Amino acid sequence: MSTNRQSDAASPWRAPALLAVLVILFLLEGGVSNAMFSGSWNSALGILNMGLLSAIMALGVNITWGYGGLFNAGVVGFLALGGLAPVLISTRTIPGAWAAGGPGVLLALLVGLVTLGLAAVVARRLSGAWRFWAALAVVAIGFVIYRELFDPAVVAIEANNPAQAGNIGGLGLPVLLSWPVGGLLAAAAAWGVGKVALGLRSDYLAIATLGIGEIIVAVMRNEGWLARGVLNMTGIPRPVPYELNLQADPGFQARAAGWGMDVATASGIWVKLCYAGLFVAVLLALVLLSELALRSPWGRMMRAIRDNETAAEAMGKHVTRRHLQVFIIGAAVIGLAGAMMVTLDGLLNPGGYAPLRYTFLVWVMVIVGGSGNNWGAVLGAILIWCLWIKAEVWGPAFMKLVTTAMEPGPLKAQLLESAPHMRFVAMGLVLLLVLRFAPRGLVPER
Amino acid sequence: MDIANALVAILNFVVIPAAAYGSQLALGALGVTLIYGILRFSNFAHGDTMAIGTAIVILLTWGLQSMGVNLGPLPTALLALPIGIAITSGLVLLTDRLVYRHYRRVRADPIVLVMASTGVMFVMNGLTRLLIGVDEIRFDDGARFLISVQQFKAWTGLTEGLALRLSQFITLAVAAVSCWALFRFLNRTRSGKAMRAYSDNEDLALLSGIDPERVVRLTWIIATALAVMAGTLYGLDKSFKAFNYFQILLPIFAAAIVGGLGSPTGAVAGGFVIAFSEVAVTYPWKKIAGYLVPGWQPDGLLQLLSTEYKFAVSFVILIVVLLFRPTGLFRGKSF
Repeated sequence: MSTNRQSDAASPWRAPALLAVLVILFLLEGGVSNAMFSGSWNSALGILNMGLLSAIMALGVNITWGYGGLFNAGVVGFLALGGLAPVLISTRTIPGAWAAGGPGVLLALLVGLVTLGLAAVVARRLSGAWRFWAALAVVAIGFVIYRELFDPAVVAIEANNPAQAGNIGGLGLPVLLSWPVGGLLAAAAAWGVGKVALGLRSDYLAIATLGIGEIIVAVMRNEGWLARGVLNMTGIPRPVPYELNLQADPGFQARAAGWGMDVATASGIWVKLCYAGLFVAVLLALVLLSELALRSPWGRMMRAIRDNETAAEAMGKHVTRRHLQVFIIGAAVIGLAGAMMVTLDGLLNPGGYAPLRYTFLVWVMVIVGGSGNNWGAVLGAILIWCLWIKAEVWGPAFMKLVTTAMEPGPLKAQLLESAPHMRFVAMGLVLLLVLRFAPRGLVPER
Repeated sequence: MDIANALVAILNFVVIPAAAYGSQLALGALGVTLIYGILRFSNFAHGDTMAIGTAIVILLTWGLQSMGVNLGPLPTALLALPIGIAITSGLVLLTDRLVYRHYRRVRADPIVLVMASTGVMFVMNGLTRLLIGVDEIRFDDGARFLISVQQFKAWTGLTEGLALRLSQFITLAVAAVSCWALFRFLNRTRSGKAMRAYSDNEDLALLSGIDPERVVRLTWIIATALAVMAGTLYGLDKSFKAFNYFQILLPIFAAAIVGGLGSPTGAVAGGFVIAFSEVAVTYPWKKIAGYLVPGWQPDGLLQLLSTEYKFAVSFVILIVVLLFRPTGLFRGKSF
């Protein structure tokens, strides 16, 4: 960084003020019913839950960008990979799937990994012009063996009850266990990318992560044996009670009557509150850990590296290794958020992972909130998520207001029809304006 | 062994599609590499510049068609292309004035410029959606084939057919002409030399009285012209879909890095390397193997990767280049 981001101190009241704005928005959405707000607590809590998840994603991005100054353009990929964990860990086992091709797939993946490792060793040990060709030969031979093992195993798994399953199935373990596993999966992918792309120009990491993001999503869409691909994976177990069970429970019915609500609404709100509680607990734990890390000698070292790599290197810090470390930690947090998101939805839909929505929107959250400040990232995430959701309603309403004076015609129809797309323009403008006029964000780094 | 048929099949299914796709990538990568050389950042908005430029060209094409103007056998979009380039250049120069110029003045870190370019990407993406929506659009008119399969079979008497679509031929021709013009401009004219000097050494260029803002403006205009051409040709060849132009960003970046960021020759070479590898790896070679080795019936399709993974090919090439030769084939800048 050419400028020191810790220059002058900002008012300590910024974070509480932003929090107050969010609370007011939440109360308006829940309590007021008009053209702008739905007046439904169910919808308000729904937005809040996804906002909390966005806050965790933003924390992950903030660790890579705010502490490390690294640009991760593949958030969507790490998020999707984390989402794989609940499917593999917690869904029920599928009879016959493992016997059909489980060992074959595992063996094939092992061969693939060994091939890559061997190629790396060959490339490192040899020198000169032979280096490249020898490594290429190793990869080519390994690839053929891999495909020989992999293809029949996959065909066998996908042929097993293809209408309802066709995938390898899960382990049937508790779904909460899959959250850290999601983080681990994303961390492993980040290690691979970081090992290659770090230590070169800063843009290279951005481009490499852009690539890995698209590839992970493509793999999840096409590998039916893994999680049914585009057929989607439904029925992922929940860590909280189901609405229908609550509605049938006489104790809950009595409680709902006590609150003065009908049972259906009350059960929806209760389930969402349970999720919100879980998410807040995870979020607070992560913020606490990040704050402790940031104030430790490790955190000071990371900021020193970010602010002046050359000086930090001269002090004997291994910049590339520290970058790799912080990149992996950030990706792990994003993977955790991915697992939590799939748990909340109860569904893995690989077709829905759009880079604009999951990579670049999270970046807007971090930049707007205040890069380098954990509370800033958290509050910025909830604020931007809220605006993103509400812009879908507000955009057309605004367009209707603007076009009231126009006579009906193709232009008016086109404007009204495309109004929901306005939010992309709005988010881009928000990012550009904050980056330009308040580069330290709403809640700046201390 | 049936070499004639095998060669025709290779030409038809691998060489011609890959050459057309490679030309499109090369034009895109040239833009990325020029911006990198002069402005020193990777422009994430390049794909969406292509998209919005193409969207403008499509709207102009529809306008021309409704006025009854057409180019006979050639697609009307070619007539709309220069106007589209002019409008898009204006738009891009506006983003430079409003967004990028500030960061140049304060000499911001390149990664901040990358960040700003993602903001521009968002805005351009939204504008494209506002302009033309997210649906798939075909806007090629005029003749479809220069050589059709039936014609080719009648001429040669081979069992294997060969088709050359007019859009593929136009892509190759336009790419060749614009590369020739660009290299001539960079090597022969004063402005081109000023651009190369600025890219080589900014301070020395400033000392010799080169106006940096002029160089930057020129770079944006050239890069935009190349991007709109690449986008329109890609749209004519396949079809226009806004999201595809975001996805093509990865092969374009890969092409620019493979060739060496900042090196125009490298960008062209990189575009073809990426395109040929992508097509060769995702093409099922079963039929051609059948021609070459008579009597051999392989079980599989002899396809290395399914077409859904074509982006993995550019990614793997990118990784290999980063590992073995971070400066690219033509010694661009790596730091």
